[in-house]
Amino acid sequence: MSILSPTAATAPSELIKKRPKLLTAERLKGTKDRYDLIVIGSGLAGLTVANRLGRDGHSVLLLEQHYNFGGMATWFKRQNGHIFDISLHGFPVGMIKTCRKYWTKEIADSIVPLKSIRFDNPQFSLQTTFDREDFTRILTQKFEISPENVAGFFDFARSMNFYDDQKLTTRELFQRFFPDRTDVWRLLMEPIAYANGSTLDDPAITYGIVFSNFMSKGVYTFQGGTDLLIKSMKAELHKNGVDVRNYAQVEQILVEGGRAVGVVVNGQRISARAVLSNANVKNTILDLVGEEHFAPEYVAEAKGVRMNSSSTQVYLGLRRGETLPFIGELFFTSTHPTFDSEALTALECTSRTYSFYYPEIRPGTDRYAIVASINSNYRDWADMSDEDYLRWKERYAEDAIRSLERYLPDVRAKVEHVEVATPRTFKFFTQHALATSFGTKFEGLKVSQDLPKQLPGLFHAGSVGIIMSGWLGAANYGVIVANEVDRYLRGAPDAVAKETA
Amino acid sequence: MTENEVSKLILDIIHDIAPDEDLSDVKPEVRLRDQLDLDSMDFLDIVMELRKRHQIEVPEAEYMELSTLAGCVKYLRPKFEAKAAARA
Repeated sequence: MSILSPTAATAPSELIKKRPKLLTAERLKGTKDRYDLIVIGSGLAGLTVANRLGRDGHSVLLLEQHYNFGGMATWFKRQNGHIFDISLHGFPVGMIKTCRKYWTKEIADSIVPLKSIRFDNPQFSLQTTFDREDFTRILTQKFEISPENVAGFFDFARSMNFYDDQKLTTRELFQRFFPDRTDVWRLLMEPIAYANGSTLDDPAITYGIVFSNFMSKGVYTFQGGTDLLIKSMKAELHKNGVDVRNYAQVEQILVEGGRAVGVVVNGQRISARAVLSNANVKNTILDLVGEEHFAPEYVAEAKGVRMNSSSTQVYLGLRRGETLPFIGELFFTSTHPTFDSEALTALECTSRTYSFYYPEIRPGTDRYAIVASINSNYRDWADMSDEDYLRWKERYAEDAIRSLERYLPDVRAKVEHVEVATPRTFKFFTQHALATSFGTKFEGLKVSQDLPKQLPGLFHAGSVGIIMSGWLGAANYGVIVANEVDRYLRGAPDAVAKETA
Repeated sequence: MTENEVSKLILDIIHDIAPDEDLSDVKPEVRLRDQLDLDSMDFLDIVMELRKRHQIEVPEAEYMELSTLAGCVKYLRPKFEAKAAARA
């Protein structure tokens, strides 16, 4: 008998049969012929752009191909009251300010800190609040690094910004401050690899910016769960007059006279003065628009953009009435001897991060859930036979439970629902190139930012460049691009100059 | 338009963006982000509000002109006056 719970009606294998019947013109009933802005995709970047510009008086249509809004900020429900969050734990403190300014005070007020983050691997086992003060304590006392060196590293990481040298890699940064201390490297790198899919060979500035954001005050989560967050955001979008549609698959971005003028969605044409894509940047350029509309050099640049890794997740739902002791909300585990970016995504999985969801995360409920996250390569999973695919899913589920038994010996008997999402699942729901769950490598940011120069009226916001990844990065990048869209829509002089250039 | 009037329009915007900040004693020559809890996203909001409320565009290359209140006034006053003249 399979360890996996029976397939749900909302699983990709079931949905794929129904999809053509769901993506109908009926979904677009009552839409206008023309908007100021059409937003393709409702990840946190797309949602934030739509809200920001809707609130400022622009007419905005938001189109989402999935039934839920939120992109990777998502969740799903299963029989017997199970709810699983995909990416809720956690994000930096900056999300509070971002939500308060671009969403609502109520959303911002529901953001709470995680209490405890744990590590267990062959090099060390420890518990932390994941902020500068506690990391300084750990690095000086446990790892015996001099306080000056630790302070120097933190100050250097915090001083890094976008305009710095991009040649320095994270590996070189670590080697400079902590030569050959692979245990320290692991402490510093492993959580960030799970936060944004980056590796030791990515530019150090991407590490410095993201790490410093977390270190300022630790890791945060949204009390009420991802479902409440997205429900609150949808209510705010409605309040601000944004027209929001699900099961709305954009097939094409329309180009006329050298500018973006609308989209084809579920077979229907809708016009707009501007289009913003929150789809993957490569999909946007190469599939939704088509390379014939761009300069060859730009197409080459877009094709050269590398993706970050994808994910596999194992969802474990505890039976009603079963409980867990508090053992922290995030737990980075590995049996690999050292931190190794290759090993972290290998099909033969040795490292997984457990997110623990206690009832406090959804006040008023009494349920517990555990999500094991593994960084994966889409290519490893894409071409498996159905038989192999099922076998690997079962193995991932079994390994996630067995590994957890080292810390919670009686957990297996408490688990009622077991489900696995693979890179194929993420591909189905996000439609991203290579099923990336963390967007693009650093070069993707430039391609994203250059899009309106290449094709006036078309903008991109979403997880790009590592620094614009994660909940905070995506939402803030949405705000940055919303400023560009607003300038274009209001026809300011330099927007006009760009158009005629 | 006097310098004081321009200064007040700018402080009105900052107040709406950062409602918790005490703006009663902003020193004109000190960088705004050194005396108020403002980050680069807040400056982006100031730029968007200038466009929305006053139809004034600040190109990205000139964002640094807004780093102090005195700088804002010096840089924005001619723009406010040009807008006023255009309306007259």
